[in-house]
Amino acid sequence: MEGLEGTLAELRDTFQSGRTRSVAWRKSQLRGMIEFVQDNEERIFQALDQDVGKHPVEAYRDEVGVVAKSAKLSLSCVEKWMAPRKGDLPLVFFPASAQVMPEPFGVVLIMGSWNFPISLTLDPLIAAISAGNAVVLKPSELSPTCSSFLAENIPKYLDPKSIKVIEGGIDVCEQLLQQKWDKIFFTGSQRVGRIVMTAAAQHLTPVTLELGGKSPAIMDSSSNPTNMKVIAKRIVGAKWGSCSGQACIAIDYLLVEERFASDLIDLLAKTIKQFYGENPRESKSYCKIVNKNNFKRLLDLLTDPLVEASVAYGGSVDEEKMYIEPTILLNPPLDSQIMTEEIFGPLLPIITLDDIYESINFISSRPKPLAIYAFTRDEKFKKQILSRTSSGSVTFNDTLLQFLCDSLPFGGVGQSGFGRYHGKYSFDTFSHEKAILQRGFFPELEPRYPPWNSFKLHFIKLAYAFNYIGLILLLLGLKK
Amino acid sequence: MRSLCVEPFQNFSVVDTGARRTLTYCSPWKTNHKHEAVLFPPPSRPIRKTLCICLSSSSKLPVMMEEEKKTFDANETALLVKELNESFRTGKTKSYEWRVSQLKSIEKMVVEREKDIYEALYKDLSKPEFEAFVSEIAMVKSSCKEALKELKHWMKPEKAKTSMETYPSSAEIVSEPLGAVLVISTWNYPFALSVKPVIGAITAGNATVLKPSEIAPATSSLLSKLFEEYLDRSAVRVVEGDVPQTTALLEQKWDKNIFTQVLNFNTPNIVHLSLHTRYNCGRSPRVGRIIMTAAAKHLTPVVLELGGKCPAVIDSDVDLQVTARRIIGGKWQVNNGQACISVDYIITTKDFAPKLIDALRKGIEECFGTDPMESKDISRIVSSNHFSRLQSLMDEYKVYNKIVVGGQRNQKELKIAPTIFLDVPGDSQLMQEEIFGPLLPIITVENVKDSIDLINSKPKPLAAYLFTNNDKLKNYFVQSVSSGGMAINDTVLHVTVSSLPFGGVGESGMGSYHGKFSFDAFSHKKAVLYRSFSGDSSVRYPPYTPEKQKLIKAVMNGGIFNIILALMGWSRD
Repeated sequence: MEGLEGTLAELRDTFQSGRTRSVAWRKSQLRGMIEFVQDNEERIFQALDQDVGKHPVEAYRDEVGVVAKSAKLSLSCVEKWMAPRKGDLPLVFFPASAQVMPEPFGVVLIMGSWNFPISLTLDPLIAAISAGNAVVLKPSELSPTCSSFLAENIPKYLDPKSIKVIEGGIDVCEQLLQQKWDKIFFTGSQRVGRIVMTAAAQHLTPVTLELGGKSPAIMDSSSNPTNMKVIAKRIVGAKWGSCSGQACIAIDYLLVEERFASDLIDLLAKTIKQFYGENPRESKSYCKIVNKNNFKRLLDLLTDPLVEASVAYGGSVDEEKMYIEPTILLNPPLDSQIMTEEIFGPLLPIITLDDIYESINFISSRPKPLAIYAFTRDEKFKKQILSRTSSGSVTFNDTLLQFLCDSLPFGGVGQSGFGRYHGKYSFDTFSHEKAILQRGFFPELEPRYPPWNSFKLHFIKLAYAFNYIGLILLLLGLKK
Repeated sequence: MRSLCVEPFQNFSVVDTGARRTLTYCSPWKTNHKHEAVLFPPPSRPIRKTLCICLSSSSKLPVMMEEEKKTFDANETALLVKELNESFRTGKTKSYEWRVSQLKSIEKMVVEREKDIYEALYKDLSKPEFEAFVSEIAMVKSSCKEALKELKHWMKPEKAKTSMETYPSSAEIVSEPLGAVLVISTWNYPFALSVKPVIGAITAGNATVLKPSEIAPATSSLLSKLFEEYLDRSAVRVVEGDVPQTTALLEQKWDKNIFTQVLNFNTPNIVHLSLHTRYNCGRSPRVGRIIMTAAAKHLTPVVLELGGKCPAVIDSDVDLQVTARRIIGGKWQVNNGQACISVDYIITTKDFAPKLIDALRKGIEECFGTDPMESKDISRIVSSNHFSRLQSLMDEYKVYNKIVVGGQRNQKELKIAPTIFLDVPGDSQLMQEEIFGPLLPIITVENVKDSIDLINSKPKPLAAYLFTNNDKLKNYFVQSVSSGGMAINDTVLHVTVSSLPFGGVGESGMGSYHGKFSFDAFSHKKAVLYRSFSGDSSVRYPPYTPEKQKLIKAVMNGGIFNIILALMGWSRD
């Protein structure tokens, strides 16, 4: 594809010219981003409504607001982030100075995802800009309205010489991946993550993979008898409140002690009704399933006979409206697909345990999730969860909020991906940390050079041990 | 036990034939032995050129024999990984006490067995004891010392600030080990570059497999012996490899073993491949690609420490004697140029070049005597393979008459004298590939500033050096040259500073280590948010209303005044 190569050549030239490195450029682009979001709020809401049926409140909370907040933070911090850090030096190096200087990678590729088609595309873009890179942005083709909206409007607000939006499906992705990039940032599924990393390996391109996984919620009812209502709200919010469960950090399944299961289901059902009314199909606050493929996949999960038998609440679907009711399943078989693959939709399996402490083994014997949520007041249990399970993040007594906390790195581990972003971490993700040692010509230490003799070896040994007194004695000839 | 080896991939090639890609390589040791890896599209998606690799053997050797070997190696490797995973899952490697005990054992090992280590290094590279101390023993010792001193501090969860959106809450970042990690190391500093990453893996609490390079066999077997003797066998292991069997194992290990491990044990079996491989012909980026491709299948994060052509730019206003000596220090004194950060080529001005060459000649004589071939203070070439590679670089018709210093060689003893070339053409092999040996081309430019374009026209190096007294030039160089690390007015020394990250960028690798960076390279930074149940706002939850929209906007924009307005039912918009 010649057009693509031309585009890349242009970006490379721009980057080589040093244009994207200046603070002024970075700041102007970040301002452009803020303006873009402010000017186009309504249109973004519309595009999101069309692609995934997101309500404006949800759209602001998860998309527009996230982007605006992140651009503002970067704008106010970028100069601080760019400043080289001093490194400590031992005295033997005197006179010298050591620095770690962040520098942009070059021309980077950002591949967005469809579930948060604005924030998961633009938030990494903000990161790449703050770090001073030239960028190709590839929005997901599965959210076509948002994709074409970005392609049309981003160039009006951001420097078109350094930031390009390229639209397209799988064939375009393939062509993009064949090119040499200096960094690839990918948000999406594990399967595609493998493809991206394999392609990146051909050019030794570093990658950040933001993937998903089965993020569990642990419900320790016995330590929390008084807060059940709040907990139910937070669970429902994290399962159905964020793109109908089509979110990488949505709760995938829930672990609870058997004796509390039925109460919990009742409470969740009540909360669902409170949020979405008697008939969620008509609710404007509830997202649709993104496309036919995903709908069919979810339906397959649900129609497995043993799984279907475990439905405890909901279960109705409407293919025409791409609607699946908020659905709770009680103890579906653990080897069924719904418990082996990431659900990414409005189905919530509840798995019951005899003792909530068993949840630790349950989680740690499965691939590492992106997030773990635990509702508990038991400090000992909290400690055990932290030390005996591994996940991208752990949130106690709440859901999803870790995503909004700029001071926390956001990213997976193991099957849920690697690399991290948000806040300063975003900047770091798109920067190479160059180590710089500056020296003067004097004094010159003779023992550094051959021909070697025992004096020099002795000298070096003392220097490595930072034994300065020994060194002086040696130089004065007082030490053997 | 045999294991991974990257050497056979020197004849590796990737052929893109559209929908189907083939990777072919021929092992130089078995010329009739060809392996083919086919990258084929998964059945469900016809067009996609996905890159799941299926390594298949199309060997002409007796198939039975090959098969037998494979299963044997596969079982052994499977057992090893299983054992390591089991010890990791018991949680013992996570404890502070375990990490400290292992670090102390490494320290003890280095002190008690220093002589053995010198001996092995002498056997492999005839490395002078002094150099071995400076660049291998001391490096390991100081890493251990620093890790022991700082470990508690590194392991401590880092407090993170929380914002208005999450109020009331507290947050911290917890460093946790990745799991079972694999370190593949190299032959040029076969001790330090094996043990230092292992120290990083241990400080971070991982179970570790080390695969030392079989090109430095004495050190490899010594490491195997020492690790067995000094370290916890259930969680730290050495897997030695020798050339002929590597291929089969490579397939098993990367294609099946690890993968079946994941399936069998259903555990988050994270293998952190850390390639510290210095390899034949300076083509290590190629091996890096292979390793990263293999890692991609398991979504394994990798740290790749590769090499590259590290330039040294020399301005005409420098202290000539000191500069010459520091260049010598960064070239022939570091394993006779066989180091990833050694000076690969020099760029200087036309007028200054003759003076520089004189100074270098004098310096070489001072350091290594009138006949450097007799000097005991210089390492030899590691293997006859590398010797003939370097020889062919020297003998290329474009450069053979450009030698101004040195040029002597002795094939029997695998020795090549410090050799300087002046004004070799840019398209000669010498200037195209990483030299990784005692040959030093000097390129001249009209203006010293031109050197920066020359450097930037090549892949990003692991290190870049500049000698000058001109502060403007220093700044310009630091700003416009991209490289893993840099030293101004010195060479190599930046590697010994543990407050600086050591690692490449672009073709010279990815990820970094040394000091705290080692700990971080082998850790996952887990974000932890603590919340209570008070202050639960209904704004977060459906049914969504215009009021909620205003309030959420105000909260996310962070203005307390707007929040109050929104709460009171007023708003600016």
